[in-house]
Amino acid sequence: MPRRNVVRKIRDQARQVERGVVGGGKPSLRFPVRSLANVRYDPAKGHFTMKRGTKERTLTVGTVKTFAQTLRMMALSKALVESDDIATKREAYYVSKNWGDARFREQPESDAVMDDVEALFAVNREQLGFIPEEKGGDVAGRLVVVDRDPDSGRRLRIDCTKFGSGAYSVPISVEHLEFETEAAFILAIETAGMFQRLVKHNYWKTADCILVSMGGVPTRACRRFIRRLADEKKLPVYVFVDGDPYGITNIYRTLKVGSGNAAHLNEYFCVPQARFLGITPQDVTDYDLPTHPLKEVDVKRAKDALKNDPFIGHYKQWQRALETMIKMGVRAEQQALAKHGLNYVIDTYLPQKLSRPERFLP
Amino acid sequence: MAAKRVRESVFPEGTLELFAPGEAPQDAAPAGGGAQAETVLAGPRKAGARAAGAASRGKKTAVKKPARKTAAKKDAKQAAEKVKGKTAGKAARKAGRAAPEPTADAAVSAAAEPGAGEAAAPRRPKKRNGQSAEQLAREQREISISEFFTKNRHLLGFDNPTKALLTTVKEAVDNSLDACEDAGVLPVIRVEARQIAENRYKAVIEDNGPGIVRTQIPKIFGKLLYGSKFHTLKQSRGQQGIGISAAGMYGQLTTGKPVVVTSRTGSRAAARRFEVKINTRKNEPIVTDEREVDWPVEHGTRVEIELEAIHKRGKRSIDDYLAQTAIANPHLELTYVDPGGDEVRYPRVVEELPAEARAIKPHPYGVELGALLALAHESRSRNLRGFLQDEFSRVGPRVADEILAKAMLSPSARPRQLKRDQAEQLLAGITKTKIMNPPTNCLSPIGAEELEAGLRKVVAADFFAAVSRRPAVYRGNPFLVEAALAWGVAGMAGDDLAVLHRFANRVPLQYQQGACAMTKAVLGTGWKSYGLGQAKGALPAGPLVVLVHIASAWVPFTSESKEAVAAYPEILKEIKLALQDCGRRLGRHIRRGKREVEAAKKHDYIASYIPHIGAALREILGLSEKREQQIIATLTDTLERSRKF
Repeated sequence: MPRRNVVRKIRDQARQVERGVVGGGKPSLRFPVRSLANVRYDPAKGHFTMKRGTKERTLTVGTVKTFAQTLRMMALSKALVESDDIATKREAYYVSKNWGDARFREQPESDAVMDDVEALFAVNREQLGFIPEEKGGDVAGRLVVVDRDPDSGRRLRIDCTKFGSGAYSVPISVEHLEFETEAAFILAIETAGMFQRLVKHNYWKTADCILVSMGGVPTRACRRFIRRLADEKKLPVYVFVDGDPYGITNIYRTLKVGSGNAAHLNEYFCVPQARFLGITPQDVTDYDLPTHPLKEVDVKRAKDALKNDPFIGHYKQWQRALETMIKMGVRAEQQALAKHGLNYVIDTYLPQKLSRPERFLP
Repeated sequence: MAAKRVRESVFPEGTLELFAPGEAPQDAAPAGGGAQAETVLAGPRKAGARAAGAASRGKKTAVKKPARKTAAKKDAKQAAEKVKGKTAGKAARKAGRAAPEPTADAAVSAAAEPGAGEAAAPRRPKKRNGQSAEQLAREQREISISEFFTKNRHLLGFDNPTKALLTTVKEAVDNSLDACEDAGVLPVIRVEARQIAENRYKAVIEDNGPGIVRTQIPKIFGKLLYGSKFHTLKQSRGQQGIGISAAGMYGQLTTGKPVVVTSRTGSRAAARRFEVKINTRKNEPIVTDEREVDWPVEHGTRVEIELEAIHKRGKRSIDDYLAQTAIANPHLELTYVDPGGDEVRYPRVVEELPAEARAIKPHPYGVELGALLALAHESRSRNLRGFLQDEFSRVGPRVADEILAKAMLSPSARPRQLKRDQAEQLLAGITKTKIMNPPTNCLSPIGAEELEAGLRKVVAADFFAAVSRRPAVYRGNPFLVEAALAWGVAGMAGDDLAVLHRFANRVPLQYQQGACAMTKAVLGTGWKSYGLGQAKGALPAGPLVVLVHIASAWVPFTSESKEAVAAYPEILKEIKLALQDCGRRLGRHIRRGKREVEAAKKHDYIASYIPHIGAALREILGLSEKREQQIIATLTDTLERSRKF
């Protein structure tokens, strides 16, 4: 969205509030509801789409504080966009310290208001001038990323095979990147530890792939990077995470279909072609993996997903997998494969799995 | 005093001889021979305390009904005392050898023999030296009441110099109030505590009472155990008092100075000034000086006592005691000049005297075995039927017959020959018979309005509530509870614990708060439901003063120090009901206050955020400052009007 549009949207919204106030009424802002309850899984598009649920925040005595904070956040955003500047979420939080009584006490408060504003205008927060602090993820393998030098605008070819035991770091904004690759697939990995092992042993050479470390739930930049890469180069994406409810319903689900929190952006920040390589509950039995008992939060998370997650609700296979996991009462980490030898994962597990990609969970 | 102790310890029934019929039930706990160690100790203190209280009230007697009512008993007592001296040694031997279960005869003779038990105590250690009974007898002699108290001054409230000053003022003020009320005069009292030297003070208490007739003054101020009021059953002060004579004695002991009394009984009589000392051995007054003086007061009494003392402020000080007295006596006009010369005035806020309390006979439900026996043996009635009707309230011919039928006793039996087992039967008969509650005109409540007026006079607060309950009965004794509270008390913080003022028959109780039924009732009341904070087992928190008053012809104190009321279930229940009534009113007030606080909070809340809405809109839309102010004003107005929070 062009900058002019963002500024115009902010002004329109503010004008509406101003008129409401001066007219002696109580103006209100209408936000889309940001929760899993307000999204549906669209199998054709392959991601969560927002339903019509909205909530109205009317300016009353009880809401006057958040209302004031929302308006000030909008004013800050407008100033950032107009001056072509950016502020991290943390910086925005510190800017609020000038707002006297309306200042935020903790950053989560300011993040929530920022998410509100983002949803209010149905834009990406980067378009509002706010950027996250988070890392985009690490990449290694058969890939050349083409970036631009910030000063000269010259093309920079970044060869991801040439980082040795290190890795290429995904930038916060990836829209301008171009890709050159001959790899067969992308392997998205949950933990930095497993990523390190595969990099050290040059697994990408053996398997002819691109390795991406997500470091937990993938950030928007990471999701967008994988998505663009996979789309442009027509690559399959395989996801390798822990065999627990968090790995499945949070990490994998968010990567594949997006989140309930920023549903208006899921269209861009999801990877519908992702497939679940492991660790599956079946792997626990097949590979005789050491396990830990499911914690109470794990069980709650799994049951909650079975009941409320539209994505899980759409796939019988996932429901069976989660039910099996609850029944087994155990979880298994990626590193559990080390029981059979440190490089068992490279020599045996991954090759065996990758020989039958059609058996991956959706 | 010592005399009594002997009789009680060895032959408890004998105790009753000195007790009034109405009082015996409370103190003379069931006879149990010498084994009743507790009674031995408690008995004399109580008796002494009450006796002294009565002595102080002799003043009234002098004015209104000079010694009429009690003449007979006094004579008997004096007679008994005469006998004592002569036969002390003999009786002691007799008592010493007497079997633990004495016959009625022995009881009678020992009753006239005070020295016996007293002497028994020091004998024990010496016995090992092989002294003969005759040797011992030479050391055994009567200890006079005054001597006893000289050595046990703590029993009288003179434990330490601080308390001594307070007790002295207290006794004098209680006396003045009783005298004024009995004479139908609205009391005007002036109290002065003057410092003479370090640790020496002069307490001066002056009232506008009826004055005291000349012949009575020495006895009232120079003789312990002189009085009449404790023979009757009606509400009066002085329950914890020892009497003005004890205060005078304390002053004499510590400073050697006599009590100075100035009194005038009317405009036609001249004012007389007495200097009275007490002969502590003989318990007799010594008048060291008496003369006519010019005194502008038409009628009244002025008492001056010089004593060794320490003056303190704060809790349990004279200041505190007088302030509380002013609360419980709204009809009193009180002036206090403290040792620094500062004057505090508590004006009169109620222009009427409290209703006069009538004396009543004891109720059968409150009588105990020993008391019943004593009453019967003293009775002039010819038969039990008449005895019951004469000695007890609410017993008419029909009730008397019913009691006797249920007791399986003959109505025509002679009360003077009542045996112990027959008395037990009689008690059982009383218990089985339904008898009307005792009359309540022996009570003189303060009244809800008057109590509130009294509280307002002394405590500055936002809210007051007061309740006066209807009379109730415990163990045959009528009593009545009143409660009041003040909320938003100036000088108290919101998280302070409430201050509790306790009163018995209008007299402030200042010690042993923890042991008192009033305290228990306050702790046991659910103040949280009235909007107050209350930790478990603690007083409620808040700028709160709670006041509880119990009025009764016989207030059941937990001990002879008369500072805490016993927790009879009936009494606890009445106090709680009174407190709950006050609490509910306070709760309504607090809730109303909370609404106002919330409204103010709402205003502040709005006021702190609306400017930010104005500022943000101005920034986004590039508005003028005027427009910004307009937005702020309109929005403030809109939100102020909205009830929704």
